[in-house]
Amino acid sequence: MIALLVRDMKLAMRAGGGFGLGLAFFLIVTVLVPFGVGPESGLLSKIAPGILWLGALLACLLSLDRIFALDWEDGSLDLLATSPLPMEGVVTIKALAHWLTTGLPLCLAAPLFGLLLSLPDTGYVWLVLSLVIGTPALSVVGTFGAALTVGLKRGGLLLSLLVLPLYVPTLIFGAEVARRGALGMDAMTPLLMLGGITAGTIALLPFASALVLRVNLR
Amino acid sequence: MTLTVSDLTISRGGIPVLEGLNFSLEPGGALVLRGPNGVGKTTLLRTVAGLQPAVAGTVECDPESIAYAAHSDGLKGMLTVSENLHFWADIFGTKGIDAALKGFDLEGLVDRPASALSAGQKRRLGLARLLVTGRPIWILDEPTVSLDVASVEMFADAVRAHLAAGGSALIATHIDLGLEAEVFDVGPYRAKPENSTDAFSGSFDEGFL
Repeated sequence: MIALLVRDMKLAMRAGGGFGLGLAFFLIVTVLVPFGVGPESGLLSKIAPGILWLGALLACLLSLDRIFALDWEDGSLDLLATSPLPMEGVVTIKALAHWLTTGLPLCLAAPLFGLLLSLPDTGYVWLVLSLVIGTPALSVVGTFGAALTVGLKRGGLLLSLLVLPLYVPTLIFGAEVARRGALGMDAMTPLLMLGGITAGTIALLPFASALVLRVNLR
Repeated sequence: MTLTVSDLTISRGGIPVLEGLNFSLEPGGALVLRGPNGVGKTTLLRTVAGLQPAVAGTVECDPESIAYAAHSDGLKGMLTVSENLHFWADIFGTKGIDAALKGFDLEGLVDRPASALSAGQKRRLGLARLLVTGRPIWILDEPTVSLDVASVEMFADAVRAHLAAGGSALIATHIDLGLEAEVFDVGPYRAKPENSTDAFSGSFDEGFL
């Protein structure tokens, strides 16, 4: 399984791997928002947590269809299915690789982008914390969506439509943690909810993803 | 490790294509599948490999003993030849890719990215993957596509060595590999048309899968 993770990371890092795609998209969103809503720092700092979470979520969404599509096209998904790896393990590793290439860089870059949106000082810790806890759920749910749409040509639209409603709880609680943190309020309750959602998706969805992947490979 | 197929009916897109298939594959034996295009050879191989369920009948063998090679080779263009092989060796928990490189004459290409290989070289790399799996039953779907005469001979040698070591191979191919193999023509086992309507009444969901 480590071999699969290493291979996926290598593929992501090499040319055409799409490693920087999510990050670049996140940067574009945060740079363009002040142009769109005006440069008043009061307004910006108010909407910054929500915008940052939304940007992270959309950046995540952007790279979802790559999770299985490439392996499907070149036939390695069939070969992985007949390999000793359990399918549940394959989808878990795929989700982990997606998080390492998309979610983790977003978490690390978020403070910088918070600066661009004049996020209040108290908000940084909570923003990063909420992203670190929340983005794994985005990757796991996204892997499930990618498994559902794996055989479809241009399945990106369907994938987004399927996955977006499932992202809503994570977005609500994640943005709430960042907002309360930025205002200096107690953010423990939404943080626990966010952690619960993430733990639940990680525990349950790999089994569902493996099941639909097996059906799709028929 | 014996592969036994009894009374197997297989379907593609919910419609049965072949029925009443019976054959078995002993260690050291090879079976060549023949049949016109579209008759269901690939579907049969995928069913035997466990990638799709049979409509009726059974395939008796340990799924952990099967190495499957499809039309596509499952190569990553961004990775080099040795990285591709090392990946599959790690997945199957075997060590060393030298024998596989040697068997398919890929030693001069180890550091070449797979995307820079010719179609025949890619095919050889895809077949070399079989050697690193270390599994006894090979299920091969048109393995000689885009191979030249010398490479076909190389492949036949690899299969012979595999059989001599107690392995077995189920091969769908249209050309004569020069193997001591039984030939199994699937043409006469075509599913009768009246069965094809039953597929939908039996399971409504299957119509969508």
